[in-house]
Amino acid sequence: MAGTAVQRRLTWTVATVTGEVRETPSVRTLLLDVPGWAGHRAGQHLDVRLTAEDGYAAERSYSIATAAEEPVSITVERLDDGEVSPFLTDDLQVGEQFEVRGPVGGYFVWEKASGGPLLLLAGGSGIVPLRAILRERSRTGSDAPVRLLYSARSLPDVIYRAELDGYGGLDGVEVTYTLTRHQPPGWTGYARRVDAALLGEVAWPAGENPLAFVCGPTSFVETASQGLVGLGYRPGRVKTERFGGTGGA
Amino acid sequence: MEPLDGNAVAGELAEVFGTEMTTFTATCGSCGQVGPLAEVAVYDMEMGIVIRCRGCTALLVVITRLRGMSCVDLTGLAALEPA
Repeated sequence: MAGTAVQRRLTWTVATVTGEVRETPSVRTLLLDVPGWAGHRAGQHLDVRLTAEDGYAAERSYSIATAAEEPVSITVERLDDGEVSPFLTDDLQVGEQFEVRGPVGGYFVWEKASGGPLLLLAGGSGIVPLRAILRERSRTGSDAPVRLLYSARSLPDVIYRAELDGYGGLDGVEVTYTLTRHQPPGWTGYARRVDAALLGEVAWPAGENPLAFVCGPTSFVETASQGLVGLGYRPGRVKTERFGGTGGA
Repeated sequence: MEPLDGNAVAGELAEVFGTEMTTFTATCGSCGQVGPLAEVAVYDMEMGIVIRCRGCTALLVVITRLRGMSCVDLTGLAALEPA
C-alpha cells in the first residue's frame, strides 16, 4: 500500500467553479475550489455527480489536470451525445457549483521518485493526466527526460498547445504531434495515427528501461501499448488508461 | 460497447471496498492472468459494473447497484491482493 496517509472515506462534496480556460472549441478547463480537498497526485481522477431536479443523477470520472499541490482543475471534452460533458463545457458558469469526490485512482500516477526516462503517449483528451505529470515533473524539479507523443485530429484540436510548445525540447522535454485528419499548410510533422513504425521513431529505446504512460480512447491505447511491448518495453513499465470519449486520435 | 479499464471506476471501487483498489493485483480464476485492477476490461452500465479478464474475457467481478446498495460478486477472481 502506498504511503502512510490515513484512509479517508470517500464522500461527495460541493465544488465551486472559480475560473475557466477555453482550450479548444469543444474543450474547457474548470478551475475548482473544493473545501477540505486532501490533495492529489499527478494522474489521479475526480468523480463528478450531476443531479437533475427529478433526482436523476449521472456520474463521470475526469482526470485532474494539475500537479500535486496545485489548485484542482479538470479539463473536459464535450461529447455531443453526452449527458454530463456538454453541461461542463458549455452551460456551467463561473461561481456555480456541482458535486465531486476524490481524488480517486492510484495506478496511473507519476511522482518524482517514479523517475524515467518518461514516454507519454496521448490520444486526444488523453493528454489531460499526462499534462498533470509534466507539471508535476516541473514542480518537483525532476530531471527525468521526457518524450511526449500527442495524437490529435488537427492543430486547433491540440489541448494546452501554448503550454506544450513552451517546452520545445528545452528542459529535457521533447514534444511531437501527429495530426491525423487535418494538417496546416507546410506541415512537416507526422500526419497519421500512431502505429508501430511511428513508435519506433519517437519512443525511447527499450534498453533505457523507459516508463510509459498511455492515455486515450480504447483503440488508441490498445495499438500504442501493444506497439511498445513489440518494441521490447516491459509490460509492467507501460501504464494505460482508457476513456470513452471520441478522442479524435 | 468498447470496454474501459479499472481506472474509470476507481471511485466506485473505493466506495465499495473502502480503499484505493486499482493498484491491487487481480488473478483471473479462469486463465490465471495476473495484472493490476487498473488494467482489466470494465463495462460501466446503468445497472452496475462488469469486469472481465483481458486475456480470456472471463467474468472477474460484477457489482450490481440497486436502490443505493451495491452487491459485489468476486467469484471470478482467484486472488485479489495489494501490489
